Amino acid sequence: MQNRREFVKEMVAGAAVLGAGKKFALGQGKAAEKSKVVIVRDAKLRTPGPAPDEKRVAAMLDHAMQTYFNAQNPVQPWKQVVRPGQVVGLKLNSLGRMLSPSVALVATICERLQQAGIKAGDIIVWDRGSRELEAAGFKLSNAPGAVRFIGSDTEGYEDAAVSYGSVTTRLSKIFTRCDVAINMPVLKSHNIVGVTMAMKNMYGVINNPSTMHGSACNPYIADLNMVPQIRQRVRFVVGDMMTAVYEGGPSYRPEFAWNENGLIVGEDRVAIDTISAQIVERKRAEKGLQTLAQKGTPLTYLATAADAQHRLGTNDPARIALIEQRIA
Amino acid sequence: MLAVVMVGGCKKKIVDPFPASGAVAGWEKSGKTQTFDAANLYEYIDGGAEQYISAGVVGVATSDYKFQGSLEATVDVYTMKTADGAKTIFDADPATSDSKSVQLGDAARLYGQSVVFRKGVYLARITAFDAVPGGSDALLALAHGVEGKL
Repeated sequence: MQNRREFVKEMVAGAAVLGAGKKFALGQGKAAEKSKVVIVRDAKLRTPGPAPDEKRVAAMLDHAMQTYFNAQNPVQPWKQVVRPGQVVGLKLNSLGRMLSPSVALVATICERLQQAGIKAGDIIVWDRGSRELEAAGFKLSNAPGAVRFIGSDTEGYEDAAVSYGSVTTRLSKIFTRCDVAINMPVLKSHNIVGVTMAMKNMYGVINNPSTMHGSACNPYIADLNMVPQIRQRVRFVVGDMMTAVYEGGPSYRPEFAWNENGLIVGEDRVAIDTISAQIVERKRAEKGLQTLAQKGTPLTYLATAADAQHRLGTNDPARIALIEQRIA
Repeated sequence: MLAVVMVGGCKKKIVDPFPASGAVAGWEKSGKTQTFDAANLYEYIDGGAEQYISAGVVGVATSDYKFQGSLEATVDVYTMKTADGAKTIFDADPATSDSKSVQLGDAARLYGQSVVFRKGVYLARITAFDAVPGGSDALLALAHGVEGKL
């Protein structure tokens, strides 16, 4: 990437180790107790037009992934996330029109996965509803041999229920078909939980999300992420922060939207959500709004997800190695 | 097309809130009307549903529109059990530096890319998906068209 200016808040030595099957795995080395989170922003993302430029989106993704994995090329990181022969699902969050993962971002990930050895027919781009996928700009397709774009509303849910703590639910058949899931949320305020990002996106994996919104979704969000299939198969988070909302979410509210022009990536879903909440808080403060706690949505699920029972990751900023970079 | 919602187990017709194509200058109704009741509202607005349910939502009718063939917008008309419920939702949004109150229904707020108003038990929100010159005037015109049907 040319002309980039990097602002590295804190670098972590050593390569990240993906924590498939473990409660929470961290990188090796001196800073191993910290969770790495990488944010890349591009101030020129929307040039020349008002929409994100596809090539710059791809460059931003590659930059984020290479930074996270200390990789020398754009494909190498994905080889640490997936293996040839695996079925890989990209779980989008396309509930809000204008607040869905960018088509260019999804296309780039599909391309990188194939370059990493995943067959096109083994890639499933999906979300809860077909209507939302279409509204987000994805053309539905279930043709064999090609990347699939499908919704759980047409594929259905498993008959057998799964449980953890407060959660009893049935998983999407798309999700259970996947060996690996890439979690692709979008940064949004949320009028119940405060901010919705990585962990809350798992509500789109199950058949009964509406039953889990009480008590600010706590402990439901943490418990749901502890369901073994979800905890194990969700390997990596690529969060879209190109457009975000700081109030009125999770629906698209243009009056409360802003262009963060960035991506956030990492393995630690709690750390991702913690940093994401900070970004929303910062924007709210800039706009003169109450904090999320003052508003009555204090993100209690973060502490639950990080507690001794769950250990899904860390919500302690001191234990998060945040690397922020700008492409200019 | 009439939007139909369930109230107390009985079907109750509400007025069709959507102006036909051409009824408001420049606006074309570009999508089918969809309705959601309190039980399945989350399918439409996910976690946003709880706020409406708490305020006593009966249902929502929604449709897409296009202005002069390009500017896309969505019109959502929520029917609440009471006018207080509509006021609760309306008042929940903080004012922003670019919002202004406008004369429409019982109360209305106009933003650069959206307009929200309440009228009796109805809470209407019109959201555009682009910012274009004259867009807010066009949205306000459509809002008047919707308000006239409530």
